Amino acid sequence: MLNMHPTPTLSHLKPADYQHVYEPAEDTFLFLDALEADVNFIISRSPVVSLEIGCGTGIITTFLQTLLTSHGIPLLSLTTDINPQACKATAATALSNRTSVDAIRTDLAFPLFPRMENGIDILLFNPPYVVTESEEVGSTGIEAAWAGGKDGREVVDRVLRLIPRMLSKNGIFYLVTIRENKPQEIMEYMSTTYNLRSDVVLSRKAGTEGLSILKFYYPA
Amino acid sequence: MRLITHNMLQCHAKGCDPSQSYPLELKEVQLESLDAEYSEDFIRRLIPKLDWNVLVHTAFALGVAELPKELPDVQDEAFLRKVHQVALETRVKEAQMVCNGCGHVYPIKDGVPNMLLQDNEV
Ligand SMILES: C[S@@+](CC[C@H](N)C(=O)[O-])C[C@H]1O[C@@H](n2cnc3c(N)ncnc32)[C@H](O)[C@@H]1O
Ligand SMILES: [Zn+2]
Repeated sequence: MLNMHPTPTLSHLKPADYQHVYEPAEDTFLFLDALEADVNFIISRSPVVSLEIGCGTGIITTFLQTLLTSHGIPLLSLTTDINPQACKATAATALSNRTSVDAIRTDLAFPLFPRMENGIDILLFNPPYVVTESEEVGSTGIEAAWAGGKDGREVVDRVLRLIPRMLSKNGIFYLVTIRENKPQEIMEYMSTTYNLRSDVVLSRKAGTEGLSILKFYYPA
Repeated sequence: MRLITHNMLQCHAKGCDPSQSYPLELKEVQLESLDAEYSEDFIRRLIPKLDWNVLVHTAFALGVAELPKELPDVQDEAFLRKVHQVALETRVKEAQMVCNGCGHVYPIKDGVPNMLLQDNEV
């Protein structure tokens, strides 16, 4: 699918910034396409608060925010990243695109809970999904952008277990996976453990990566 | 970071008393304001997500605005615009956020709060 909604500008970021912050790639752009393809579903759930874990440059949340604004829907956008440079980049990206996004430096989203328990209407996560040695997981630098440990699932699985605390009743959770992450198994787990329904919003093969954007939500 | 985000952050250090870990106290604060588009419907739907007492207290302590102690039953436009200004247009650029439970200090620099704890603190 072609992106009709304009991709946020990142002209404020220089090549050197991408030594520290994840440079948007096929996974990122598939995410943008998925959000645009799913915009009617998003609107039908009347979102107020969005949270992105691992925001990197902030391009995804900025895109969602401008996409919904173009449909007349304001959104309170929060983001987190464990990498301080990513938080800085996200704040700059929001500003360059004349939107408001707050970036919080933290592991996952712990300082928002339990205060925001079941208060997140749109949860976005493009995780470090590459299969690596477990020892590589847990950096706060650029390695944190990809190192996913066993099956590329070590960071993803920590987030999956938090979903029932974070997601609101009408919430939607969007997640990037590659084939090695066993997306089918994730969908089954979320269904049997938390009664969350799921769909594959979009899939695309990028080089050797079989990318999918999954979404999870409670049945009406 | 907007004041609404401060309204949602809490301490999550290991052993911190959960009855004291929220709200975080703002100290040595440098504020800035930034225009945000006003939407009445949005503000109305945001208010239930706020901890009202904390917003009132924070806005007063920082000298930003005086909000009614109790959420008014009838929320007119003047009231909603004030909430909009406090929660969405007031930003903390620099500050120290102090937890009254455990004393942990979370700094805010260039508008970004650093809530990351060391491995031995979680
Ligand atoms: C694949 S990158 C995605 C970046 C951006 N969202 C995008 O799609 O272009 C994964 C991001 O997650 C962040 N991250 C990794 N582990 C994290 C954790 N435990 N808590 C918060 N962020 C984390 C990384 O620093 C990185 O910015
Ligand atoms: Zn504390």
